[in-house]
Amino acid sequence: MIDIQNVHKSFGDLEVLKGIDLKVEKGEVLSIIGGSGSGKSTLLYCINAIEGIQDGKIIVDGIDVHDKATNKDHLRQKLGMVFQQWNSFPHLTVLENAALAPRIVKKLSKDEAIEIAKKELIHVGLEDKFDIYPTKMSGGQQQRLAIARALAMRPDYMLFDEITSALDPELVGEVLDTLRILRDEGMTMICVTHEISFAREVSDQVAFFHQGIIEEMGPPEQVISNPQKEMTKKFLSKVL
Amino acid sequence: MSGMSLFTPLSWNDTGFILTGVWNTVIISVLAIAVGSMLGVIIGFIRAESGKFLNMVLGSLLDILRSVPLIIQLILFSTFIGAMGHPISPFAAGSIVLSLYTMAFMGEVFRSGFESVPHSMNIAARSLGLTAWQTIYHIRFPIGLRSVFPSWLGVALSVIKDSALVSVIGYMELLRTSEQLISRTQQPLAILVGIGIFYFVISYPLSMFGKRIERKMAA
Repeated sequence: MIDIQNVHKSFGDLEVLKGIDLKVEKGEVLSIIGGSGSGKSTLLYCINAIEGIQDGKIIVDGIDVHDKATNKDHLRQKLGMVFQQWNSFPHLTVLENAALAPRIVKKLSKDEAIEIAKKELIHVGLEDKFDIYPTKMSGGQQQRLAIARALAMRPDYMLFDEITSALDPELVGEVLDTLRILRDEGMTMICVTHEISFAREVSDQVAFFHQGIIEEMGPPEQVISNPQKEMTKKFLSKVL
Repeated sequence: MSGMSLFTPLSWNDTGFILTGVWNTVIISVLAIAVGSMLGVIIGFIRAESGKFLNMVLGSLLDILRSVPLIIQLILFSTFIGAMGHPISPFAAGSIVLSLYTMAFMGEVFRSGFESVPHSMNIAARSLGLTAWQTIYHIRFPIGLRSVFPSWLGVALSVIKDSALVSVIGYMELLRTSEQLISRTQQPLAILVGIGIFYFVISYPLSMFGKRIERKMAA
């Protein structure tokens, strides 16, 4: 379980998260929607300990993420993350991209790492791309590689930070399809997204962030289809 | 032809002498490129990573090495060392100065390479559980080094040519060899053309090797 308790986060004088509370149970899909600057991406970075927090707590499977004693490199193995920019490693082939972390972080043998990498690449539909360099692929394919690369670490949770925002519209579908597969397999996911109809379709919970707080949260039938708060209605009327 | 002539023409007996010059040019160039590149990687990485102050200090030191003509650095260094009472061989003095000179240029080459790796690449690697050092070793170094290979090659080729200047402190490399032959034979044209060809022959394989590597990287 990811348990977020009263999290405050500032960049200098700018308070980006002003007391966030939420829980994501194993197997659940949480989508976070909201305007830019609402703090939704920052929260993901805090869950992964890429960013520190000023107050509150984030507990992942009983581990206090921001406790000084926590081994953050070790913790990140539990939390796969995919970003808006896919950041394929250009000096490695597709297969090597996916096998790198199992190999050097988990210290698996080369054969084991390759086997896991192949499995995850097949999982995301890149079975015919093993030996090419990622720069030869489309954005959608590179983003699916980034998903496979994260899955190859066998994480318990996946964090997706606006992973379709930088894609050409015709490539968005293939990436969302990959997420649907993961949802069907029961992967626990937090998706920061602008794809409102996708969020409505796949989520167990939707949180609408506005200026660093959770303005409204609940099942998608409520937050997206029948929002209670004025701010939520206003936001949705702009994006839908 | 009378045996009394002051000058003796170029002959096959000079082959060994010339090849020694070729060898000395190769050895000091390879040494300077190797040492200069290794130090340059370190300097470049420190500059890419460090804050403003350290960067300014390092930057000014490197600027001195890069902007004072090599020939002046060579003469100043060997004279200074000699005046200190610890004269060292022209080879040693030449190697040190040429290596540091190469380092100054390589440092900038590698710095731009490391800086070209976007920060988001680091975050992506760290999010997979790689430690800071693993990220440097497996991601930043290989990506940064690749991107600067053409510039590295350019600096390396110019070091081979710049090594000719080490002749001014008495190192018997290709140029100094040719000067001695010229003063003995009075055949400057033939000798300089020949020596030019030797410099080409030394540089060409490196340049070819570079093109092959570049093609490989593009594939």
